[in-house]
Amino acid sequence: MAKNTGSSAFRRVDVDQFSEEKYEEEAVAEDEANGPNETDIQRILNEGRNFDALLHALNTAPLSTKNQLVKERVVQTVLKVLLTFKSNEIDVAVKSLDQPQLDLLMKYIYRGFEYPSDGSSAQLLTWHEKVFSVGGLGCIIRVLTDRKRV
Amino acid sequence: MPDTFSFGIDPLTCHAWNHDHSQLALSPNNHEVHVYKWSDGKWKLSDVLAEHVQRVTGIDWAPKSNRIVTCGVDRNAYVWTLQPDGKWKPALVILRINRAATCVKWSPLETKFAVGSGARLISVCYFEQENDWWVSKHIKKPIRSTVTCIDWHPNNILLACGSSDFKARVFSAYIKEVDEKPNATSWGSKMPFGNLMAEFSNGSGGWVHGISFSASGEKVAWVGHDSSISVVNAADGSKLTTLKTDSLPFVTLTWIKENNIVVAGYDCSPAVFSYDGENVVLIARLDDSETKQQQGSKFSAMKHFRSLDNRATVESNDTTLETVHQNTVTQVTIYAGTKANCTKCSTSGIDGQLVIWDLRSLENSGSNSA
Repeated sequence: MAKNTGSSAFRRVDVDQFSEEKYEEEAVAEDEANGPNETDIQRILNEGRNFDALLHALNTAPLSTKNQLVKERVVQTVLKVLLTFKSNEIDVAVKSLDQPQLDLLMKYIYRGFEYPSDGSSAQLLTWHEKVFSVGGLGCIIRVLTDRKRV
Repeated sequence: MPDTFSFGIDPLTCHAWNHDHSQLALSPNNHEVHVYKWSDGKWKLSDVLAEHVQRVTGIDWAPKSNRIVTCGVDRNAYVWTLQPDGKWKPALVILRINRAATCVKWSPLETKFAVGSGARLISVCYFEQENDWWVSKHIKKPIRSTVTCIDWHPNNILLACGSSDFKARVFSAYIKEVDEKPNATSWGSKMPFGNLMAEFSNGSGGWVHGISFSASGEKVAWVGHDSSISVVNAADGSKLTTLKTDSLPFVTLTWIKENNIVVAGYDCSPAVFSYDGENVVLIARLDDSETKQQQGSKFSAMKHFRSLDNRATVESNDTTLETVHQNTVTQVTIYAGTKANCTKCSTSGIDGQLVIWDLRSLENSGSNSA
């Protein structure tokens, strides 16, 4: 027998990679954005301007980048901002956001649940409840369907 | 008050009306198509069209030529013609697809029909007299995933399609054997078969579930799984406007006036939106007024005894929804009128109900912004 039939390496080939029907994600122009500067955020938080810190974080969110590390770092930053808010400040903050920002905030809330710390889940659930009352089910659906992951 | 008809407990995947809505064709989520005739104030089953071997995914009834076209998961489409003895005779259409067919629509002049499929292409079929059979031509590029919905432009040439690659596209389906050379439209002037006239994406993800050309063909609207409604106005430089709603996603839509669309989907309740060139806004929920008015406090006593009667339980833990449809709406179709001026529309749902909604009451309640 000329063929090497002893090796079972062929079983580990991912045949779906070679399927001509494989869906290729559209190549979106990658953004160089690195997300909000952490020291900036910390400075704004120290000044007690929680809402401004949140706005800055949402406006500089690295949506187009493929760099996972950047995304992870930004999630931690935003989580810190979200946890700095007092429960009674959340309502006012949520009401002042516009629709795209609301959707983005909901994405960060769900990401925040992935990194539980002492009391973080309760705070995030409060955030979730307030954002849900304004954004509705559509807001949550968009967290699931939006291709631009956070 | 909407007219509700129940066709059993099976979901209604799709439905279609004949020209004067005296007959109704629907599929109860299986391989059959049931044809009902309206007589003595009821829908009576007049025929069962059972030629498909797998689930039927689309039905369309041509009003003038009175032919029904059906397509199914078995990769086939059949054109049904009414025989003098009252029976429907099927004619198989070879679509040449290797995946399920998902949707089918007759063209406005009923000379051709288009079938969307999971094979990532659209089959446009026309009848060839010499061989006495239906021939299909494929539109493939640049569709990259299943075609979920299609709709014809009134000029019988252009075809809009939505796909699970998150895009809405307008193609030319010009077939020289059956079509006259078309005049230029706002979508373009060169329309060879399969030409991509326009491609749109609303920026975020979400499969396109339903798509519809307006009565004039100048606008196309679609609904996506990201709970959005998007409208493109070709007359205004193909401007794209998207509304991200706060409800569950819509799966079906149709224009009912030049500037109004009715949508329905997972929230089980049809709603009317209006497009004024700049924004898409909600103007009415078809379900709201009637049912809410009946929710008086006396209703809970009746509900209590009814649940006691039906289920021998004293719990008022009712799973009944407040909306007329008790589950997702699968399709909304014009019942009376045209896309330019629709007076009634019908919705079929997973709850096995077919409901006819009167849109004229919208105008009376002063929410008419057309």
